[in-house]
Amino acid sequence: MNIDLSINSDLVRTLLTKFIHSEITRTGLTRAVIGISGGIDSALVAFLAVEALGAENVLGVRMPYKSSSQDSLDHAQLVIDALRMPSLTIPITEMADGLIAKFPDISNMRKGNIMARCRMVTLYDQSEAFRGLVVGTGNKTEIMLGYSTLYGDGAYALNPIGDLYKAQVRQLSRAMGVPQPIIDKAPSADLWAGQTDEQELGFTYEEADRLLYLLVDQRYTPGECIEAGFAQNFVDTVVKRIRRNHFKRVMPVVAKITTRTPGYDFLYLRDWGT
Amino acid sequence: MKLTLALAQLNTRLGEVDSNLEKHLAFVREARQAGAELILFPELSLTGYVLQDIASAVARRPSAGDPVFKSLLEASREIDMVVGFVEEDRRYRNYIAAAYLSGGEVLHIHRKVYLPTYGIFDEKRYFAAGDSFRAFETRFGRVGMLICEDFWHASSPYCLWMDGADLMFFTSASPGRGITDEILGSAKWVETVNQTYAGLFTTFVAHTNKVGFEDGLNFFGGSTVFDPDGRLVSQAPYNDEGLTLAELDLSQIRRTRARLPVLRDERLDLTVKELSRVLGKGV
Repeated sequence: MNIDLSINSDLVRTLLTKFIHSEITRTGLTRAVIGISGGIDSALVAFLAVEALGAENVLGVRMPYKSSSQDSLDHAQLVIDALRMPSLTIPITEMADGLIAKFPDISNMRKGNIMARCRMVTLYDQSEAFRGLVVGTGNKTEIMLGYSTLYGDGAYALNPIGDLYKAQVRQLSRAMGVPQPIIDKAPSADLWAGQTDEQELGFTYEEADRLLYLLVDQRYTPGECIEAGFAQNFVDTVVKRIRRNHFKRVMPVVAKITTRTPGYDFLYLRDWGT
Repeated sequence: MKLTLALAQLNTRLGEVDSNLEKHLAFVREARQAGAELILFPELSLTGYVLQDIASAVARRPSAGDPVFKSLLEASREIDMVVGFVEEDRRYRNYIAAAYLSGGEVLHIHRKVYLPTYGIFDEKRYFAAGDSFRAFETRFGRVGMLICEDFWHASSPYCLWMDGADLMFFTSASPGRGITDEILGSAKWVETVNQTYAGLFTTFVAHTNKVGFEDGLNFFGGSTVFDPDGRLVSQAPYNDEGLTLAELDLSQIRRTRARLPVLRDERLDLTVKELSRVLGKGV
């Protein structure tokens, strides 16, 4: 059982910059809008987009909530400064609290989802204002685990890194010169103080990447992975997450009752005509 | 005898035949100016690859009565060409097809036999399958054409070889997958297969692949020509659109076969006998 998550960084860099350029320019636009969180995923996407489109065509948007850590803001600024890209800082506190304040007992989960969706609204508004497409920053590990908010950070026009596992994001980030503090720090959605992804998920990205690579890319069965030494609990958790969160990876369900229905037998690519 | 071949590694606009035709004609002009005698376009070069429900809207019948083919046939008076398109037959079945045009005539049409319907591919949902592998005469010698998945079945080039093909022209819209190695995993496989056929069949094997993205699928280009010794004659860049010229010294076929007479020694009768036996047993 060979687990090789290494990538040819030069090749991937070429493919992903070409992808961004192609998918944006074929719509008639030339620009991109990216939410810069201070984390590695959005930093890498910003580096790729700037290489593809030119710094002046990529808008980096910082969207802090009142509980966001100063580190996140500072690290986001590192990316913006390194790339010399136009940027905006648009706090979402007022917007999010307008809803959050109505529910005194609101859970962290609900608050986190509201924040993610406020950021989506902000980015899509800038999409129109800046005349650029929103570029997504979710990686393959997150997408497979469903570790995202539907119509929040999961909403975007295109995503260059959605087929790269977290370890591969790290490798490409190192190759592209993403600032070291961003590469080194613990991944966090920063939805509340001290939160880290790995603590919330209950396992490390390194473990998840290796298991997902076997299950998804190499089509090993869960049983085969357990036999190979992965803990049964961990395998069960991941398999369940993949299935339970599949709704986040597909379009919403439409009741098919006529002779031709979008999504079922009205089938065209998004890139139709371009 | 020499043949200057142009590998036209182009990107397409999905379903926009007029725009793609314009690009074909621009590539043809460039190839002519560079002295090419034959230009090879990729699979579905007039339409783009992931057609889905667009397929029937862009299907056509390759004759001078069709305005798109009228232009191409006109251009073929200056340069031979292989173009990829959706062919509609008289009973409205659609095929993935490659046409060889020369001197204002359609010399041959190959309809893709093997329609991949697995993984990222869904061709059988939209297309009818061809049912023949036939070599045909051109002014450069006897040619056989295959489209992408066709050449993943070793029997396809074997049939063409036995039908007299000394020049094999393959066309693809091959998406890249596998990002660990020096080049894309799928690109490496395509090259290995092309080189192997050239060497095993002691023929020239030229292959053009599309470039560009369709909904995130990336077509990697990297078009190649291998000679009858299995040596790389010419290779187009990966992922970039453009025209690549290759000079084929056709007399190499004689020299190679003098050294390595595998064609002379091939036992077609034995192959047919054994396959008939296997077929008869219903295996």
